Amino acid sequence: MDEAAIVLEQLTPARRRYAYALVRQHEAADDLVQDCLERAIGRWHLRQRDGELKAWLFTILRNQFISGYRQKRRRGPHVTWDDVPDPPAVGGAPDSTTAMRDIFAGLDTLPEDQKSVVLLVGVEDLSYDEAARVLGLPIGTVMSRLSRGRENLRKYLETGRIAVLRRVK
Amino acid sequence: MTERDNPIGEDDLHAYVDRRLQGERVEAVEAYLNSNTEVASRVYAWRMQRETLRDQLASKAAEPVPARLRISNIRAARRQSRLRQFRMIAASAAWLLAGGAIGWIAAKSDGFAPKPVPAVMVSDAISAYRTFVVDVSHPVEVKATDGDHLVEWLSNRLGQPIKAPDLTAFGFRLMGGRLLPASTSGTAAQLMYDDDHGTRLTLYLRNGEKGETAYRFVREGNVSAFYWIDQGLGFALSAATSRDRLLPIVEAVYHQVEGPKRAFQ
Repeated sequence: MDEAAIVLEQLTPARRRYAYALVRQHEAADDLVQDCLERAIGRWHLRQRDGELKAWLFTILRNQFISGYRQKRRRGPHVTWDDVPDPPAVGGAPDSTTAMRDIFAGLDTLPEDQKSVVLLVGVEDLSYDEAARVLGLPIGTVMSRLSRGRENLRKYLETGRIAVLRRVK
Repeated sequence: MTERDNPIGEDDLHAYVDRRLQGERVEAVEAYLNSNTEVASRVYAWRMQRETLRDQLASKAAEPVPARLRISNIRAARRQSRLRQFRMIAASAAWLLAGGAIGWIAAKSDGFAPKPVPAVMVSDAISAYRTFVVDVSHPVEVKATDGDHLVEWLSNRLGQPIKAPDLTAFGFRLMGGRLLPASTSGTAAQLMYDDDHGTRLTLYLRNGEKGETAYRFVREGNVSAFYWIDQGLGFALSAATSRDRLLPIVEAVYHQVEGPKRAFQ
């Protein structure tokens, strides 16, 4: 395998994780990763120096998610029963499945930019600087998106249903 | 003022959550959180949600990568789609070249600059040939035995003097002719000939044609046709025979109709 293939494949698991957290459907997430890889291979000559490769790839993935998401919004959302988040458990000790449902349902209530920062920084271990590059925003703005994202998620996890209702526009 | 005394910012709190703070700054944040329980509960909630997200998503990153996301497979698919694209481009380029070549040959065989081919005329002529050549009882409207009447009648209707070429040298006798509507604005006439073997050929004439061309050949199914335009008249000679057999006949017709008409001017 050549250098491009090695580097790209090493980053594939992380990209599948981010894609899944964004779209929350396994096949659709891998479609997104595949689009991203095709684009990255096609534009390999445009890649930035190695240290920034990670950010570059997440940028491609996120841009593709956003443009696909906007197209979907134009067509109207396609919602199946699988897409509808289960209502969070009320009272009692939450078991781990409920906790997972809760955090993903909470993630879904966030605007895309807050969701992406929370994921890129908190899960993908991007530095604030790298996250700022992916979102194409100044670092100060990224920090405030992170702050808002985490706060909204915390409020959602504490008050659950209100946020679910707010999502139904 | 040391780094430790700097006021705590939100960025410090997040950097603490993300374990990106170093040394003294960690202690400063922890000291701050100890005396600000309300902020501390927020920060611990952030850290909890961060850990939960990481835990819940860890299995996704640990999954084996599906085959369709292998770089080698994606590259192979790209190569195939490029090959398809190349084939499409090559195919259209071939058509362009072929079109250019046909245009060039047409221009050459013409001896003139390329002109719109009177395709409508020749197709009308061949249709008329097919329609009337099979007609046993009334192949012609006016028989040749009526003498000059045929040629005078058709000349009047076409508004131009025409002549029925003599093709007896090729074994073909004039049977007669008929008047036909033309699909364009003009009027058309058809002269029919036959030989001893029952082979029939027609000379189709049509007024209102523009320009002047050398004769061209076209074949539609079993019918061969030569056609040309001369002094406002379009001609098409059609027969169910080979090009080679028709060629000497068309040369004779070409010269016979040309001479007297020129003499009229």
